[in-house]
Amino acid sequence: MAFSAMKEKYSSQVHTVVLGATKEEGGTRDYTITVGGEGALPFLHFEGEVPHRPVVALEVWDVVPEWHESLAPYFGDVYNDPAAWAKKCVMEYNADLVVLRLKGADPDVADASPEDCAKVVKDVLAAVGCPLIVLGCGNPEKDSKVLPAVAEATSGEKLLIGVADQENYKSITAACIVHNHNIIAGSPIDINICKQLNILITEMNLPADRIVIDPTTAALGYGLEYGYSIMERARIGALQGDKMLAMPIICNVGHEVWRSKEANASSEDYPAWGDQANRSILWEATTAAALLQAGANILIMRHPKALALVKQNIEELMVPTSFDD
Amino acid sequence: MALTGLEIFKQLPKTNCKDCGHPTCLAFAMALASGKTSLDKCPHISEEAKETLGAASAPPIALVKVGTGDSVVELGDETELFRHDKRFYHPTAIAVLVEDTENIADRVAEINDLNFDRVGLHYEIDMVALQCVSGNVDTFKAAAEQVAANTNKAMVLICEDVAVMEAAATAVADRKPLLYAATNDNYEAMTALAQKLECPLAVKGNGLDNLAELVDKITKLGYKELVLDSGNRETSQVLADLTQIRRLAVRKRFRTFGYPAMTFTSKDDPHEEVVQASVYVAKYAGLVVVKASKKEEILPLLTWRQNLYTDPQKPIQVEAKAVAIGDVTPDSPVYITTNFSLTYYIVEGEVESSKIPAYIVPVNTDGISVLTAWAAGKLTGEAIAKALEENDMESKVNHKTLVLPGYVAVLSGSTEEATGWKVLVGPREAAGITKFARENFA
Ligand code: B12
Ligand code: SF4
Repeated sequence: MAFSAMKEKYSSQVHTVVLGATKEEGGTRDYTITVGGEGALPFLHFEGEVPHRPVVALEVWDVVPEWHESLAPYFGDVYNDPAAWAKKCVMEYNADLVVLRLKGADPDVADASPEDCAKVVKDVLAAVGCPLIVLGCGNPEKDSKVLPAVAEATSGEKLLIGVADQENYKSITAACIVHNHNIIAGSPIDINICKQLNILITEMNLPADRIVIDPTTAALGYGLEYGYSIMERARIGALQGDKMLAMPIICNVGHEVWRSKEANASSEDYPAWGDQANRSILWEATTAAALLQAGANILIMRHPKALALVKQNIEELMVPTSFDD
Repeated sequence: MALTGLEIFKQLPKTNCKDCGHPTCLAFAMALASGKTSLDKCPHISEEAKETLGAASAPPIALVKVGTGDSVVELGDETELFRHDKRFYHPTAIAVLVEDTENIADRVAEINDLNFDRVGLHYEIDMVALQCVSGNVDTFKAAAEQVAANTNKAMVLICEDVAVMEAAATAVADRKPLLYAATNDNYEAMTALAQKLECPLAVKGNGLDNLAELVDKITKLGYKELVLDSGNRETSQVLADLTQIRRLAVRKRFRTFGYPAMTFTSKDDPHEEVVQASVYVAKYAGLVVVKASKKEEILPLLTWRQNLYTDPQKPIQVEAKAVAIGDVTPDSPVYITTNFSLTYYIVEGEVESSKIPAYIVPVNTDGISVLTAWAAGKLTGEAIAKALEENDMESKVNHKTLVLPGYVAVLSGSTEEATGWKVLVGPREAAGITKFARENFA
């Protein structure tokens, strides 16, 4: 029997979200980045548009991180200078954008004040022309003080700010509305909570096209498949018309991968697992490649070489394909 | 198309004789529709009905076996497009490519060594793919024999010249290698060879249109032990092809594509290859042939495959029973964890490598991880108390101190209250256990 391609007809597509604002738009960025907009499952160009490629970001911290020594050759010289660090990510390692993690705000780390945090964000903005993602320290109470302060100090920049969860979304959402930023809505690998939080945030009048969702990522070998399946389900829901699941997806890849044993264990201690440097790069790149197949739009990476591999993979996957009808 | 219970019922004798073990023909039809029984259980069915129903109740994707004995690799027999709809069954086989001009014994030894023990599971490379680059009958045959002599793994023989293939394939036919490949130019002779040797046959098309034509020609010749290759090698096109093959087979019951699919990585850089192969593992390849062969390259790929093919309905669990690691004494430390297999084995590995004998007490959390169980209210002071009691830990050790996972330090108070034991908060990541144990128990 002759082959005739099977093309799904979807009723809807993923929202687009614009990250960053140029001077004309009320910010200071050299360019903006648009994510989302796809009307097909990941990279299935033959049945729908994939207008914007997924983007890759590198992580910058506001305090010197205790990262594995194999990352020091790449970032060691800029660990204590977030602005220089951000510049390096963009200029040298070709990150599409930068993620600033305000780890120092954590009461158990440096307990940096909201004002201090806002200053670091401004320094980083001054150093690079790319759009910026700003993550809090992960302490919900502190984040609900720090993130609004950051939003105010960078009014109009259209940052992507997070992570807002069920507990602290109100103050962060309010700040994003007033100061024209985008928000990351985080949920613990639970599609109902994901949807519910989007509803709550849009009910506060932040438009759906200013929300990016973080459905929670685990590293390869540490529960990756759970998030993968939630993402697939959310994306199918989005294409079938569920507007409250139709947000672009962000995945915190580097952070999760570098907690794993496989990224860290030395070649000497674990000869059966091969070379640590290459293993860690591939652990990160493979995690990211898997998540791209489930619908990731923004990947937060840590190792420049893993970032390069993933960028290459995205480029290949963006090559259009078609089947004759 | 899959038939519904009612459609099947119409074809049955409707006598309700119960010979099939079901109370009524309708019950049998329902069971058949959901794959819980097979057609041959009804002895009274007409020949005609058997034919229509047989075709419809056959699995959408054939199960194809490569290799023999313990090393047999099963490909295909998938029923879903998304693992969350049910699950995937037959993990993508990974074959490592060897050229017939290489030092076969060395390369095969290297591939045999690509096996890993991780979190209580064993991963290994499934197949050796031997490619004829010499163009020489004797070289290829000798190489095939050498692969066979050096490994039990299933084999793929790659050669489009039928005469060259015949010598090698005949020499190792008892190992049931996958013959790669029948093409537009050689399919008659290659199919005859596969048929004669009873070996599975790969069909390599020139795009999906051509693949469909070729498969139909081959099945007309009477051979159906097939594995499909669209022939494309660009990442996005292969993803599209694999997706079409799977969708058409599962959703449309398009018989022509009702076989497992295979592909090759095209990258020269092994890192890029692993990333490319990860895409194909995710989206529907039954077999991927790679050149990468270092441990650090293969481990991530096999881990991704393992993750994807787990049953989303049932987390892998271990028995919630205390385990003694090493030569324990009544002084040995007691570590608390959960009975999620992943969590348990990570902890076990670390306790072992700390070289300080200890008990591990996995609390029954229905197989979920530490933080998930904490968030779900399944890892509590009471649950820990119950686990200590059921495992009679008080009589196994002469102290009353337990080590709590660092991520659930907040449980310290309630645990001390519920158990009467003293809590020592351990590190967050299990990787910190060795250092922690040396500081506290050495
Ligand atoms: C996969 C996952 C799930 C899966 C569960 C899979 C499973 N079988 O466990 C599913 C999708 C079902 C799930 C559900 C939920 N989850 Co969940 N889940 C995760 C995820 C992504 C990974 C968990 C995992 O498998 N980790 C790997 C294992 C090995 O880690 P582990 O058990 O903690 O073990 C490590 C350490 O604890 C340590 N360790 C373990 N034992 C011991 C013992 C000792 C002595 C020591 C020293 C160390 C130690 O070693 C290990 C490696 O370092 C995490 C987020 C993340 N990225 O980690 C969220 C996460 C754990 N989930 C969370 C939540 C809230 C939930 C839900 C309650 C959400 C909801 N629906 O309301 C539900 C509850 C489910 C239920 N009701 O049964 C939260 C918990 C929040 C918190 N900080 O407490 C997390 C952190 C996500 C988040 N950031 O919000 N989840
Ligand atoms: S054996 Fe056949 S005829 Fe008898 S009850 Fe079962 S389905 Fe009906």
